[in-house]
Amino acid sequence: MSGATSVPRKAREEAATGTVAEAWRGYVNKVRGGDVGSLPAVLGFVALVIFFSTQSGTFFSLLNGANLLQQAAVYVFVAMGMVFVLLLGEIDLSAGFTAGVSAAVLGVILTKHGMPWPVAVVGCVATGAVIGLAIGMIFARLRVPSFVVSLAFFLGLQGAMLGIIGDGGTIPVRDETIFAIMGRNLPVVWGWVFAGAGVALYAVLGLVQRRARRTAGLPSHPPTLMILKVVGLAVLLGGATYLLNRERSVNPVLNSLKGIPVIVPIAAVFVVGLTFVLRRTAFGRHIYAVGGNAEAARRAGINVPGIQTACFVICSAMAGCAGIVMVSRDTSVSPSTGGSSTLLLSIGAAVIGGTSLFGGKGRIIDAVIGGLVIAVISNGLPLMTSEASAQYIVTAFVLMLAAMIDAMARRRAAATGH
Amino acid sequence: MSERSHPEALLRLRGISKSFGAVQVLAGVDLDVHAGQVTALVGDNGAGKSTLIKGIAGIHAFDDGTYTFEGSEVHVTSPKQANSLGIEVVYQDLALCDNLDVVHNMFLGRETRRRITLDETAMERRAVETLRGLSVRTLASVRQTVSSLSGGQRQTVAIARAVLWNSKLVILDEPTAALGVAQTEQVLKLVRRLAHNGLAVILISHNMNDVFEVADSIATLYLGRMAAQVDARTVNRARVVELITSGRSGALGLAAPEEAQA
Repeated sequence: MSGATSVPRKAREEAATGTVAEAWRGYVNKVRGGDVGSLPAVLGFVALVIFFSTQSGTFFSLLNGANLLQQAAVYVFVAMGMVFVLLLGEIDLSAGFTAGVSAAVLGVILTKHGMPWPVAVVGCVATGAVIGLAIGMIFARLRVPSFVVSLAFFLGLQGAMLGIIGDGGTIPVRDETIFAIMGRNLPVVWGWVFAGAGVALYAVLGLVQRRARRTAGLPSHPPTLMILKVVGLAVLLGGATYLLNRERSVNPVLNSLKGIPVIVPIAAVFVVGLTFVLRRTAFGRHIYAVGGNAEAARRAGINVPGIQTACFVICSAMAGCAGIVMVSRDTSVSPSTGGSSTLLLSIGAAVIGGTSLFGGKGRIIDAVIGGLVIAVISNGLPLMTSEASAQYIVTAFVLMLAAMIDAMARRRAAATGH
Repeated sequence: MSERSHPEALLRLRGISKSFGAVQVLAGVDLDVHAGQVTALVGDNGAGKSTLIKGIAGIHAFDDGTYTFEGSEVHVTSPKQANSLGIEVVYQDLALCDNLDVVHNMFLGRETRRRITLDETAMERRAVETLRGLSVRTLASVRQTVSSLSGGQRQTVAIARAVLWNSKLVILDEPTAALGVAQTEQVLKLVRRLAHNGLAVILISHNMNDVFEVADSIATLYLGRMAAQVDARTVNRARVVELITSGRSGALGLAAPEEAQA
């Protein structure tokens, strides 16, 4: 612990530039120190996939793989927004019904007023943003605990949904564009273009950053590590694209199914965009600062209530996006849209992925990884047992496990000074 | 007392008073702080050290008296204004974000940007340069999170952050209060280094060892009044303790200020 261990400059630079083996050792030390990140979620995902594959013949199939991605989509969208609020160390319990109300607005604009889909999409996301603004203002300005504010909105928004849709009613949505989000696949060629663009973007950004650091005379990662990362991503995306581009329909002559589901590139754009906001802008940095130590952030001149309000707006606007995904999936809006376990599973997705409930630690990709874990469970379990009880209990167990890992990692980090 | 009459004090306070309601916390306080010197501000609890510091830092304005910085009289009414004059305060609780790394903390709230993105390389380079300028060799990497640092290293980061902004006066509030022996030594060396680099330093401390190790000048507050500001070489520990506890010591102190020339 003592700072008395003065590190000679040469050794310091070697430690930073070092070899792949050293980078690996650095990572192992980080995990041991309590900074486990997404590791438990990735391991859990692999374990669950292997387990369900051995238990059920239909689980490990192309068709089910594509289904899984779509099942994860709703949780991933709500969870991506939730990461912003969790980073503050706060929670938004109303996000599920924010998605529902936004979806209802989408349905009303499309079906009752017959307006074009862009208007409906803007209206839907704006509805979410306004709800987030209200929650954020009450929390940040009046200092009402976010738990209570969002719980009140959780109830109030259910009422608003019933009011908009009508008791027991449903609004059918027949718009082709909205349907395509969850109902269509990319043409095979576009799938490859999309995957190639992803890998190229990653490689170029890495190179640019590396060059900037070298010209500034700062230590940079070993080139081998970067090549390994790019190759790894290429194998992952290429493999997934190859599999998704194959025919997966049970009856190809009647109804051909191949290509990457449309939702995947849409989600990818959000992942890249929101990650950029969190990691590369001052706004994102200030979110982490507020979550880490609000008083320090305030003294550093950061507008803490402003940052907090913005995070709630982003969270609810992302819930609005999730509402569009739900409408596309169900081709209708009912008062139960966004209800039941949507919210808890989404918060669970973020936490399982490695975002801390205590604030200050989390990434957008956590929402994706955690969402996939949640989707594997809700997809795989029904193939084994038809008991609804098992579904609830197993999901609850996984959620609890993630929260416990989070709490233990935090304690370990405090103990080891990481 | 030669320093009191030195004409080019960076910070010069004369007749400073401050009351909170009916309670007069500071009464007619004079203080001179010189560039390139460490001025220790000592005094018992409730003597008014914090109030004096907060006034200098612009957290609350003084009621009365003159505040002269770099030769011109100023009215500092906000922390931002103090910062723009080149005054930085390192508070006892450091105000660092544990989840961010050293560079992020040093630039918190004042990030270097290139259009909308953060210019990480520019910030990292400047952070490394600043730490090198302070001869800090205790940090393995400026990219490690603050949570992994020891108390002394955190203090180092907080001080380096204060120095980063071309500051002229750095105020340190009990920087060694929570540190062990080795780390205290490191921080005191850093305090000396600041003065050596030409900055004016105000050091608040209860620890006489620290004060005599680094201070050039010792200012003693007693019940809201400046008992004496003396050259550290001309007094010993017993006299300073006497000044702190009774406001006077022999020829020095409140009762007979005109005799202080002796």
